[in-house]
Amino acid sequence: MSQATPAIHVDDLRKRFRTTQALDGVSLDILPGEFFGLLGPNGAGKTTLISILAGLTRADAGQATIMGHDVVRDYRQARRALGVVPQELVYDPFFNVRETLRIQSGYFGLKHNDGWIDEIMHHLDLAQHADKNTQSLSGGMKRRLLVAQALVHKPPVIVLDEPTAGVDVDLRRSLWEFISRLNREGHTILLTTHYLEEAEALCGRIAMLKSGRVVACDTTRNLLQLTNEHCAQLRLDRDDVPVAWQDRLLRDAEGSWRINFSEYLELETLLADLRVTGVRVTEMHLQEPDLEDVFTDIMKRT
Amino acid sequence: MSGFSALFYKELLRFWKVVVQTVVAPVVTALLYLLIFSHVLEAHVEVYPGVSYTSFLVPGLVMMSMLQNAFSNSSSSLIQSKMQGNIVFVLLPPLSYLEFFLAYLGAAILRGLIVGLGVWAVTLWYAPFQLPHPVWLLAYALLACAIMAAVGIVAGIWAEKYDQLAAFQNFLILPLTFLSGVFYSIHSLPPFWQAVSRVNPVFYLIDGFRYAFVGQSDTDPGLGLLVAGACFVAISALTLMLLKSGYKLRH
Repeated sequence: MSQATPAIHVDDLRKRFRTTQALDGVSLDILPGEFFGLLGPNGAGKTTLISILAGLTRADAGQATIMGHDVVRDYRQARRALGVVPQELVYDPFFNVRETLRIQSGYFGLKHNDGWIDEIMHHLDLAQHADKNTQSLSGGMKRRLLVAQALVHKPPVIVLDEPTAGVDVDLRRSLWEFISRLNREGHTILLTTHYLEEAEALCGRIAMLKSGRVVACDTTRNLLQLTNEHCAQLRLDRDDVPVAWQDRLLRDAEGSWRINFSEYLELETLLADLRVTGVRVTEMHLQEPDLEDVFTDIMKRT
Repeated sequence: MSGFSALFYKELLRFWKVVVQTVVAPVVTALLYLLIFSHVLEAHVEVYPGVSYTSFLVPGLVMMSMLQNAFSNSSSSLIQSKMQGNIVFVLLPPLSYLEFFLAYLGAAILRGLIVGLGVWAVTLWYAPFQLPHPVWLLAYALLACAIMAAVGIVAGIWAEKYDQLAAFQNFLILPLTFLSGVFYSIHSLPPFWQAVSRVNPVFYLIDGFRYAFVGQSDTDPGLGLLVAGACFVAISALTLMLLKSGYKLRH
């Protein structure tokens, strides 16, 4: 049983807001220890799904559990197992950083939590701001405080809703280092982001949502193989390319030639033909397909 | 109940951090009312035989301040959290709706009582200390603050913007407290307005509370306590029902 219990289990979840069907039968299983990405355009239902998991929104139909605890019936255990970093940059201007974290611990019934609070403040570079009022924190620091608040009760499952929106490069990097560490230590991570390169680099598995439905769900590696459109950029010493290739080779503004191909054999043949013609390749770059290509492709097809 | 104590503590800390606005200011306002009204009316009005107008006015002002501040505490805390978005901090943890209710209620009651005590303390310079019925005072003070604290929770949950809350406060709470015999005895009113006053629950709160101070009242203080108790039960039931359903908090 314990082995089979998913960290997050979502079964045929439906939610309608007046005229829009935000979720239209979403089912997902995320296993303990996974770093899972949830991608989709604005309005796809990502935040609605997260809100239902967090108990902020109630589903019209379907079921959701966190570590086996139903988010409605068993809400106390479910919420104890879940840490949520909300998308909006919210804070309570009445309190300083340490007070905020102590109060948040108290909500989870944790009285003597200062050791752990100090540790998360240290890892999130908040220690030197502990006595600052939250109102005086920069946007990046407010974001880190939100992450810290989500972690006060050491939840096994952590949900991050667009955590790096509007965050500078340094903070983004340190945030991901910290989250990756938590993941290595066994925490399950569910992430939504608009930065597809982040999802590609971090997530082991990815689900894509569109109009409230899951349109793709697979390992990141398998998803990347869905598109086999490679691209090579060549610089040649002369312009007279073989006649047979003139249709496929495209000249760009800087004088380089581009070719899209799906099999490496095609590239090999081109290079052989060029040699026969006596044209020398002076420079070559290969572009592998990335998650953005796959994402665009899937969103177009579905 | 440990989640409750954290939320209760947070609510106390919230108003204590702005104590000038939440406690000192209402005390000063009440003192101004006392100075002006007792200056104008002390020599002309004697509502109950043997009771000076200032002595009559003090309990009304204390009660009015308690009512307004208990309401203000829970309602403004909730609307601010909703507008700021930081209401999620209390919605994400495993707090039950009962803990939520009791924490906001308890903190608002305490703020009402502190303000009431403050108003009473400053009026001691103007009216002699007298308290023939301390148990009635305690019962009325607690019930009155509790009723308004719960009304404040409902208003804070219902209002979506500051001006909706301001409308609630200016068109409901303020008239109910002003037109309830703070400044006069309802026996001085024409029969129609007397009858209207008798359906205003705040009238019973002020009348009974005054009984604790001066030993005289417009109605039986026992009846008033019954009315107040019934009001508290009704408004609490409504509040708990709204919280349980997640009305305007969990969509």
